[in-house]
Formats: sequence, C-alpha cells, structure tokens
Amino acid sequence: MSSNKFSAKSAARGAVSIILFLLLWELGSRSRHWIGADIFTPLRETLGALGFKKTYLPWVGAIPAPSEVAAAWAGVITDAGYWQSWYKSMFRVLAGFTAAMLIGIPFGLLLAVNRTAFGIGFPVFEVLRPIPPLAWVPASIIFWPTQEMSIAFVTFLGAFYTIVINVVGGAKSIDQRYFQAAQSMGSSKWDIFRRIILPGTLPSIMVGSAVGMGITWEVVVAAEMISGGGSQAGGTGGGGLGFFIWNSYVGGSYQQIVVGMISIGVAGFISSELLRALGQYVTPWLRLR
Amino acid sequence: MGESSIPLPVVAAGEIVVSGVSKSYGAAQLSKEVVRDCTFNIERGKLTVMIGPSGCGKSSLIRLLAGFERPSAGTIKIDGEPITGPSRERLVVFQETALFPWMSTFDNILYGPRARGELTQQTLDFAEFLLNKVGLQEFRRKYPTQLSGGMQRRAELARAMINNPTVMILDEPFRGLDAMTKELMWEYYAGLVEESGRTNFFVTTDIDEAVFLADRLLIMSNIPTQVRAVLEVDVPRPRRLADIVASDRANEIKTEALSILHEEAMKSFSRGSKAAADFVEAYTRRSAKT
Repeated sequence: MSSNKFSAKSAARGAVSIILFLLLWELGSRSRHWIGADIFTPLRETLGALGFKKTYLPWVGAIPAPSEVAAAWAGVITDAGYWQSWYKSMFRVLAGFTAAMLIGIPFGLLLAVNRTAFGIGFPVFEVLRPIPPLAWVPASIIFWPTQEMSIAFVTFLGAFYTIVINVVGGAKSIDQRYFQAAQSMGSSKWDIFRRIILPGTLPSIMVGSAVGMGITWEVVVAAEMISGGGSQAGGTGGGGLGFFIWNSYVGGSYQQIVVGMISIGVAGFISSELLRALGQYVTPWLRLR
Repeated sequence: MGESSIPLPVVAAGEIVVSGVSKSYGAAQLSKEVVRDCTFNIERGKLTVMIGPSGCGKSSLIRLLAGFERPSAGTIKIDGEPITGPSRERLVVFQETALFPWMSTFDNILYGPRARGELTQQTLDFAEFLLNKVGLQEFRRKYPTQLSGGMQRRAELARAMINNPTVMILDEPFRGLDAMTKELMWEYYAGLVEESGRTNFFVTTDIDEAVFLADRLLIMSNIPTQVRAVLEVDVPRPRRLADIVASDRANEIKTEALSILHEEAMKSFSRGSKAAADFVEAYTRRSAKT
C-alpha cells in the first residue's frame, strides 16, 4: 500500500530530524573542547567582538551535551522521586484539563445556543479571559485551602478559556442550512441540539482541547515553580516536573534541568497524541475522506 | 435486489397557491423588492419547474414556500391552509448539499423519521427502497465527504423523499454538476417523480433541464421576480433524454421559452444588467446558427 510506504518514509524523516538535532547539539555543546583549535581563531575573534565569551559557542556551548544529559537521565530513571514528579504533573494537568472540559463545553454550548445566557455570561468571561492564568497564582493560593488545589485551579484556567471560545465559535459557525434542513424534517429543539449542534461543534471542541492541553502544560510547570511545588516541598518528590527543574537549578545540577525539560516535552507529546486519538475517534467523518 | 417490490407509500399530493406575494429585504428607504406581486399555482401531483435568470429572486421564493421567511405582502396557502413555518410537508432540497457531514448516508436518509420518532420497520424498508432507487446501497455507511457530488445529490433526494412530503421543493439541486452527471441525475429524479405522483416544485436556470423534467413551466421575469409566462409541457412520460432531444414538441416549447427569456434579458440588459449581456449574446449566436 502506498500509505504504508508513505508512513515509513515519514518515520525515517522523523528519525533523521531527531538524530541531526542531537548531533548539532552535541557538537555545539562540546565547543568548549574544539573551539580552541587554531583554525577556529577567526570564529573566536568574531564572537569576542560581538561580546560573547570566546571559550565556547554562545548559548548552546553553555548547555550540557545530550550525552551528559543521557547519563544524568540514567541516574534518575530508577529514582522514585523522578517518577513521582511525572505523576504529580500528569495528575494536575489531567485534573485541571478534565475540569475545564466538563465545565467549559457545557458553558460554551449554553452561550452559543441561548441569547440571554450569552448576553449575561459573555461580557464577564471576556473581561476575565485576558488575565493570564499565572496572574491568578497568588490569588488562588489565598482562595483554595490546599496548594494542590490552587495549582489545579490555575491549570484549569489555562484550558478553560480556550475551550469555551472554541465551542462558542464552533457552534455559531454551523451552516444555517443544516438547521433549516433539520427543522423542515420535523426536529424538536432538543433533537437539533443533540444531533446537529453537538456533532457540528465536536471538531471545534477537539481543536480547543488540543490548544488548551498545550497551555495546561505551560501553566502547570510555571505554577509548580512559583508555588514551590506543593505543600511538602522538600526533595524532588512532591513537586512535579516544574519543581524538578527548579530544584535542579537551585542545586546546580544542570544536566537534570535538561532532563526535566525533555520530560515535559515527552509528557506534553503523549498528552497531545492521546487527545488526537480521542479526537479521531469521536469525529470519524473528518478522518475518512 | 435490483427492482425492489416495495411500492412508494401513497401520499396525498399537496397543492400550493401563491397569490399576490411580494418580498422586500432591508429597512424602509434602502429596502429592495425581490419578489413583486407574484401569483401562481403549484398543481397537485405535477412537476412544476420555475425557470428564470440567475439572481432573479427564485431562491427568495423558495424560502417563502419553505416557510423560513414570511412574505411582505400576499398569501401562500398549501391545501387551503396558510404557511406559517417550516414543515415536513414542504421539504426543500438545497442548491448546495445540506447532508449532515457527521452522519453516514443511511443515517442521513433516516434523519427525518428518527427525529419524529417514526422509525418503524416500514420506514426502514422504505429507506432501503429509496437507497436502491438512487443507486447508493453500497455507500450506505459512507460519510457525505466520501461521496461524489452526484451521489450527494441523490442521497439528498432520498433524504427528502422518505418524509413523504406533500410538496417537494428543489432549489437548483443539480447546479454545479458536470453535464454527464446532470443528465444522469435528471433520469434518476424523473424516475422518482413519475413513480411517486407527488407534487414537485423545481427551480432551475437550465432550459434543457426544465423542458426535460417539467409538466408545467413557469418562466420568471428578472428581479423583482414575477411570473412572465406559463407553458404546459405536454410531452408524454416516462421520458428518456434521447426522446426529448428528438421530440419536435419539446423543441418547440424550448424555443418558445428561450424567446421569452430573451425578451426578459433584453429588458434587463437595457437597464444595465451585465449578467443579461451574456444571455443576449448567447441567444443571438444560437439563433444565427438555426
């Protein structure tokens, strides 16, 4: 099948992309060693003229090399605290995100189908929406009894606005003819909601969720860093991946910072893929063309 | 299956009387009259085709007949009752496909009965029959985006027919299909109409389509639209495309219709319509050839 050939090809390209990236990173990171050679004198002089340190390439030279990061990773992979961080962050994202879906989807649909609800609900929503979720961190620490709940709340906000906006926009952009057709064929209001508005909005719900999921990861990491990673903020255990990074920074373990960063990348990727699979499952008509 | 033995349910065909209907859009001073003092009948059990230049207000008339909008003046009655809103009695097949993209072909066809809670074995049999009639039995599980343009149009015909409307309203349903597909659609559609004996109201800009399908042909003026002429297309049914092309009577009607449309185009051309300019040129060349 040509589709298999295509996917094999794109997998190969993906592998090349990652390998190439790691290779350049390794090379750049090791610039401390090779940049001293005589042939690189002009490069060193140029960098120096631009105000950079002459002893290694700017930025990338200061970052631990992938090989060092891998070694550090091998060190923490058996550490229960590291996996506890994964679990904590995953749990917070899932809690905040699920709450945002459970509240955001019905709320968005209500705003879309009811003019009164829209008139009353939307202005407040629009005023609160531009406030970045992170600006809520101090306030939510005051509101909520536990730090865990404050982090979950801030995470919830991250996804909530995006989901609502997408649901409202999606429901409002459903083609008028579908309503006319459904009405002509004798649909009740409930029937139109259930069989036209809901499926018609599903693609936008999935788009909003995917974007919301991304924001959720951004927010949870920042919230963990700011709040010191939960109540029992000692060690690397209870803090989540955000705190894992912060803790590594404070402790001067630069390799572990990168381990934490890549872990978040992987965790975010897994979440997005799961969401995409869910999206394809609930909107089969978009997949089969 | 081939020819299914299940007959179409017997439905009382409806009759629509449009009298003195006008429709304007927009606020007082800027209002634009699209339909002016329009009077005609859609006769019981017949296929009435309305033809007129594009943009002449035919689609506005359809929205009024369907009940999506109210006339500014005049009345529209179905079997003596005024039209107050959309109803399954007057189903519209739209210009562009309005199949629900999230439902399979079969679910789309069953939408009406399901919405009204009338999903009986009889309805399911009827759905099978229709699916067969429009040649889509192998595509029942496909989504609309997986169907070709012609298949979508046929699925939509079936979706309307299953509701046993007393009047079927079709708004340029085959527009945008290529010539071959269009002719195939005419035969499918004419077959359905001939078998069901229902009242059909079909709007088009295509003269060949109009003459092939119509029992009665309403020729409309340019905007604001009015009935300009009514022609009875007394060509026997069932019709085949080849017969129509060869039929002297059909060609006579076509020539007559074209000359009326030409007059209308000349009138709007003299008022500065660019669309009419194309028609006038086409008509002049056509006449020069014969």
